[in-house]
Amino acid sequence: MRYLPHTDHTRRAMLDTIGVASIDDLFEQAGAPLQQPPTSLPPHKSEMEVEQHLAALSSLNRAAGDGAFFVGCGAYRHHVPASVDHLIQRSEFLTSYTPYQPEISQGTLQYLFEFQTQVANLLGSEIANASLYDGSTGCGEAVLMAHRITRRKKALLSGNLHPHYAGVVKTLSHMSSFHVDQSEVVPGQSATEDLIAQIDDETSCVVVQTPDVFGSLYDLREIAGAAQAKGALLIAVVTEVVSLGAIQAPGDMGADIVIAEGQSIGNGLNFGGPYLGLFACRQKYVRQMPGRVCGETVDADGKRGFVLTLSTREQHIRREKATSNICTNSGLCCLAFSIHMTLLGELGLKKLAKLNHSKAVQLSKALSEIEGVEVINQSFFNEFTIRLSKPAEPIVERLAEKNILAGVPASRLWPNQKPLENLLMLAATETVSDAHINELCAGLKEALDA
Amino acid sequence: MLNNKGRVTRPQESTEDLTEPQESYSGHKGLLMNEPLLFEVGGLDKTGVDLPECAETETLLGGLERKDEIGLPGLSEPEAVRHYVRLSQQNYAIDSGFYPLGSCTMKHNPRLNEKMARLPGFTDIHPLQPQSSVQGALQLMEELSHWLLELTGMDSIALSPKAGAHGELCGMMAIKAALEAANSARNIVLVPESAHGTNPATAAQLGFKVASIPADADGTVRASAVQTAIEENGAETIAGIMLTNPNTCGLFEREIKAIADAVHDAGGYFYCDGANFNAIMGRVRPGDLGVDAMHFNLHKTFSTPHGGGGPGSGPVVLSERLSAFAPLPFLQKSDDGLTLVEDLHVGESHSDSDVISQAQPFGRLTAFHGQMGMYVRALSYILSHGLDGLAQASGDAVLNANYIRVRLKDLLNQPFGDQACMHEVLFDESSLADSGVTTLDIAKRLIDEGFHPMTIYFPLVCKGAMLIEPTESESQTSIDLFVETLASLIKEALAGENEETFHQAPVHTPRRRLDETAAARKPILRYESSSD
Repeated sequence: MRYLPHTDHTRRAMLDTIGVASIDDLFEQAGAPLQQPPTSLPPHKSEMEVEQHLAALSSLNRAAGDGAFFVGCGAYRHHVPASVDHLIQRSEFLTSYTPYQPEISQGTLQYLFEFQTQVANLLGSEIANASLYDGSTGCGEAVLMAHRITRRKKALLSGNLHPHYAGVVKTLSHMSSFHVDQSEVVPGQSATEDLIAQIDDETSCVVVQTPDVFGSLYDLREIAGAAQAKGALLIAVVTEVVSLGAIQAPGDMGADIVIAEGQSIGNGLNFGGPYLGLFACRQKYVRQMPGRVCGETVDADGKRGFVLTLSTREQHIRREKATSNICTNSGLCCLAFSIHMTLLGELGLKKLAKLNHSKAVQLSKALSEIEGVEVINQSFFNEFTIRLSKPAEPIVERLAEKNILAGVPASRLWPNQKPLENLLMLAATETVSDAHINELCAGLKEALDA
Repeated sequence: MLNNKGRVTRPQESTEDLTEPQESYSGHKGLLMNEPLLFEVGGLDKTGVDLPECAETETLLGGLERKDEIGLPGLSEPEAVRHYVRLSQQNYAIDSGFYPLGSCTMKHNPRLNEKMARLPGFTDIHPLQPQSSVQGALQLMEELSHWLLELTGMDSIALSPKAGAHGELCGMMAIKAALEAANSARNIVLVPESAHGTNPATAAQLGFKVASIPADADGTVRASAVQTAIEENGAETIAGIMLTNPNTCGLFEREIKAIADAVHDAGGYFYCDGANFNAIMGRVRPGDLGVDAMHFNLHKTFSTPHGGGGPGSGPVVLSERLSAFAPLPFLQKSDDGLTLVEDLHVGESHSDSDVISQAQPFGRLTAFHGQMGMYVRALSYILSHGLDGLAQASGDAVLNANYIRVRLKDLLNQPFGDQACMHEVLFDESSLADSGVTTLDIAKRLIDEGFHPMTIYFPLVCKGAMLIEPTESESQTSIDLFVETLASLIKEALAGENEETFHQAPVHTPRRRLDETAAARKPILRYESSSD
């Protein structure tokens, strides 16, 4: 077995040193009852055989890069510069552990500190942590944090929050015994009156996504003011961080906590994970913030250095009193994000955002010329929703057979909700070409006419 | 501009004599480069990407355009590459040396796993594209599930948890859901004192009360202690137990079957923290021991790289009693191929399925389907080993740990007596009692000797713990060098020589001991130029 350095000879010598006859004897001495191994599992394969097997599985999937692709709803396909993947594969980043020994982990710690600064600036918040698992779990953690801060146990979710994000919060609410209200789903509109009307003295937080799951943009100032007037926090959720190169940051519009899915920058689609939960908030809440944080300090010689800090909030110190049970971050995904963001810089991010918006505007104009298609958003960034004259899901399946991945039918996220079944959400990033747009329009026209 | 404005927290000039008398003019020391922060070298007018030109179109941003300066300095590609390469050189990594971190399992990370995880059919697929277009990905998930279920002897699996602690949360949520389905008010979870800190944190987050169980003098939990705890609290209150096996002291819980029986007899569930499954894979099946739920740390057991602290992956296997309560989404096999059930109301086609009709999922843990990239890496590792290789790997891990135990047992004290361990061996600092040298000092001297230190803050039940986990990927040669180095340091400490050298260590590192108290007292969590 190529990953195991021992030979029978070294095993024998080590067993002799220990004074046992076999490895099985060690298990027996340790009190582990050895069992018959399951017979249905095969023996090891050579490197080439493993490659062939996994390549065969990979080839059964239709990769986004293989043709027209317009799927979004919380995960976005962007071009990632080659140097990003090269750098994160450096052994010293890839195969290092959590930086618990800071003297020999300054590389990881410095990039985390830089990452935290980039994230805070991007989200318009005062401070950020070193990331959570993904945007959706970050959203759940933000609600729990709002409960700790306000000492209230009722969360209010916007109806236009990504249903998977709402699902995560609802699972936690049930399991951790708090209450959740949700406003109505209003596709294509950033209507917030209903939401604001539901805020009361028991509300710990209001959770609003912008752009929302249908792609609509929100001016958060009014909701922030209304929430804060009642003693509640505004939690803003961003699933497409590239949008923040074009639109105002939630923190700058008054959000107390900002959660984002960072996958768009530096990280691939990966069928849903690993992704990167960005988490930022006001400085005054620092000790209630979940997850890992890196802070600046000095070493014995007075030189600037970095350490993991504020661990008194964490599970390994306070155990059952911990702010959350989280004990990791998405280290390597942070690094990919940070490198890509460094390559982009302010200039590149703003240009990338502009490019995304212009592709989406171009797509929306092309689609709106098709009979049976109506673009329902007034404003959007790189994603919007169309209403078709027929149910969307069969059309998406039909287009997939023609190698066009046309977006997410609303029925995938809200099964069995008749009023939504004709809705289709589409994203257009910088990776979409004019030819793809033409292909989609032709395919859609044909499917609607059929 | 963000550049060259200095820092609020500029390092202080040291007034003491430096151990190294001469700092360099450049800040570099030979090949060890001093690397400023990105914010001190980058520019808001700089970029390292060439994006296509953008056709001018109408703007439909609803008047929400971002007009301010964001504060994201850029670097050209060569500058960025150099920045991150230089940062990387300030890190220790498993590829550069021995990393005996107990409970963390730093084993070799095969690059085949990375190559496989980068196949476009895995990296470049969207979680919400039609399921007919991702059958290979679903087959891979099914195949990984099969291995994990067979290796554990369990009935069903939830792949979606994003990390070990998330898996713990998932397993305990399944238990809570099962209790609710039975209208049970059981609310006490038994947790041994030596448990991972995430265990009590998880139980508490779900509203359970934690009752601690002490370990016996041999470091393991007695079934009689569990029985006593059950009787003291009342059997009708016991929701379950969270037990780590092999435990965090590197010991197999010898009475695990009797413990499982006691908890089951009381009507509770048995959650097993499977963080240390790498010690028993291919040899011992948790399902045969009475476990109802157990998470894996795929990154630890199946070698997906730690990446400086994540991402991990924490699938959970469940016994028949808990199978129905697995979260969404889950896989469903049919004649048309595999379907990922994302919601229970997906349509009529599943109405006659047994799995669907019996399912009582407790909800959704995360958007999408979990850590696909980690599934590929783990399966690549599993197939490369096969059942024979996995059993050999766990065997070699146990062999290596016991070899270190025997070679150091005359110099260092084992807190729970001289007994065979599993994949990691625990010593404490009592042998160093009067030397003025602590476990922390030994750890810092090991850094100067070119080793990553062993785990030293954990387990909490042991004062001055040194928890050493060599894993199966270390050769006898590398273990011998580590053992001899550690032995020499201990002898040096016991001889009462060079105590100050221990306290000053490390000195051959990019930074010397860092002031963690100052960092926590007045946290500086982001860069701010002095003009801000």
